[in-house]
Amino acid sequence: MMIPGYEQTALDPRAALEARFEVEAFHASYCHMLDTGDLVNWVDFFDEECTYVVTGRENAEAGLPVGLIYAEGRGMIRDRAYAVKHTQMYAPRYMMHTVSNVLVLRASADEIRSVSNYLLLQTLVEGRTTIHQAGRYYDTFVRRAGALLIRERRCVYDSDLIANDLVFPV
Amino acid sequence: MFSTTDTVIHPPGTATKEREPATYVWPAAGLTEVPDWIYTSQVIYDREVERIFHGSTWNYVALEAEIPKANDFVRSWIGPTPVVVARDADGSVHVFENRCAHRGVEFCRHSRGNNAEFVCPYHQWTYDMRGDLQGVPFRRGMKGEADSGMPRDFNPAQHGLHKMKVARRHGVVFASFDHDMEPLETYLGEEIVHDFDVLFKGRQLRILGYYRNELPGNWKLYHENLKDPYHATLLHSFLVTFGLMVAGSKSAMIADPSGRHGTMASAKPADVTKVVDASTASQMRAYRTDLKLEDPRFIDFVPEFDSPWTVTMQTIWPNLIVQRELNTLGVRQIVPNGPNSMIMNWTMFGFDTDTEEMTRHRLRQGNLMGPAGFLGLEDNEAIKFLQEGVRRSPTEVGILKLGGTTEGTATTLVTESAIRSMYRQYREVMGL
Repeated sequence: MMIPGYEQTALDPRAALEARFEVEAFHASYCHMLDTGDLVNWVDFFDEECTYVVTGRENAEAGLPVGLIYAEGRGMIRDRAYAVKHTQMYAPRYMMHTVSNVLVLRASADEIRSVSNYLLLQTLVEGRTTIHQAGRYYDTFVRRAGALLIRERRCVYDSDLIANDLVFPV
Repeated sequence: MFSTTDTVIHPPGTATKEREPATYVWPAAGLTEVPDWIYTSQVIYDREVERIFHGSTWNYVALEAEIPKANDFVRSWIGPTPVVVARDADGSVHVFENRCAHRGVEFCRHSRGNNAEFVCPYHQWTYDMRGDLQGVPFRRGMKGEADSGMPRDFNPAQHGLHKMKVARRHGVVFASFDHDMEPLETYLGEEIVHDFDVLFKGRQLRILGYYRNELPGNWKLYHENLKDPYHATLLHSFLVTFGLMVAGSKSAMIADPSGRHGTMASAKPADVTKVVDASTASQMRAYRTDLKLEDPRFIDFVPEFDSPWTVTMQTIWPNLIVQRELNTLGVRQIVPNGPNSMIMNWTMFGFDTDTEEMTRHRLRQGNLMGPAGFLGLEDNEAIKFLQEGVRRSPTEVGILKLGGTTEGTATTLVTESAIRSMYRQYREVMGL
């Protein structure tokens, strides 16, 4: 298992299906927010106490903790959103996520764990649209006022050799 | 994807300036001008590989903490050349070409691992951790068959892997193609050794992980970037606003006597607003009074070094960057990848004495650096823009006039003196 805590558990099929729809809906909203550049509201997908890490598969498999992005708590996530939006220097670009193979690993009334594949496409000005990352979301969601929020999101990308940089969150 | 494939308008290989010019003559102005062809020409790149990376230089290849046990190995690079760094049972460290002595197969395919011998997958020639040839299947041929197997005078001792000279200092491993290479300490010079030792001496490193990126710019631009304190105070809002490196604070750009290595050093003031007056602030767009952190822990500095500097960024010619940025520590290996591209291999670390909280502090602070770092991504973007500018425009030179014609160590951040000294020794080695 690449990430401890993300093992498949026995699930009631109907509960698993319901959880899967819920996670898919979450991914759709989350990615829509990022892909339209709405970083301010993107922050609200995270629980106050949360972990958000983007790292290469090489690190995940070796149990090495470093993150290309490494955030503990929503404050650090908001700081990144502000920096990317208002202070960082980078060439203009569009990002597009597609998420598939949503696999529910655990589901209870107040927590869902799942793993999903993502493709992150990047389009630079006058450039081709390229696959910037092929990766997996390892997610732990908690339920707050009926809605899911991220307690932990580990974005583990297979594409270890990054094309120059990663400007926007995944 | 990468620089070789993602540029549609004038991709690498199509610009006039990538062709061989009539002559390679440095501008008459000397070191205050840099000709664009040093960044764009394949001829110059080939000469750099031969004279610099494969010449009389010490190249960073690994940290000993990556290969702590007997038979541990990592894949690495000297210039663009793939090598293997291996630890033998007696604790010694060996570096050799990742190329089977038989037919040239790049036999080691895993980034790291542990094995008692290397077996070339093609014909199962085997090598020990020193790179010596141990076994050749059917060396004596098939019994009773004529002209079978290796000739009788085939001597395995003469067919080991191509070995490099190795030097180690406080857990950092260097290698050289030149077996007559001067000692590492002489090569670095005492100024560079001093700040290098501040970080490594007496420490056991704990590897925290790796980043890798392709940076679509000439490899020398990375050295220039870290010998260019001028940009640091202008490009990077995080450096300037939080006083990590800002005009007005105590700082230095240190060069070794040869001019090839450097240390960009800065001391973080207790209160940045006390060192940045209105006149300084007005010249730095990156000084952002609106930038406030909701979680300011990540720019905290926990004193842990015997040094007046809170930040030292060392450029060790030709392929190593040593990063001590507050408490986020790491090394970056530069792998040149043709004139228009380089691969950056980042190894981030802490120390084995770190508490869990200190490790997490280093990880949080890691957001400053790397290909998604608040500083790191801006450098990568700027270097890419520079490469595209010099490659695709007909203009032929850039200028390096900050600080006049001074060379080497400077105590101001508003200077290009260390870049000039780097190019003085570069021109000597390259015959330019």
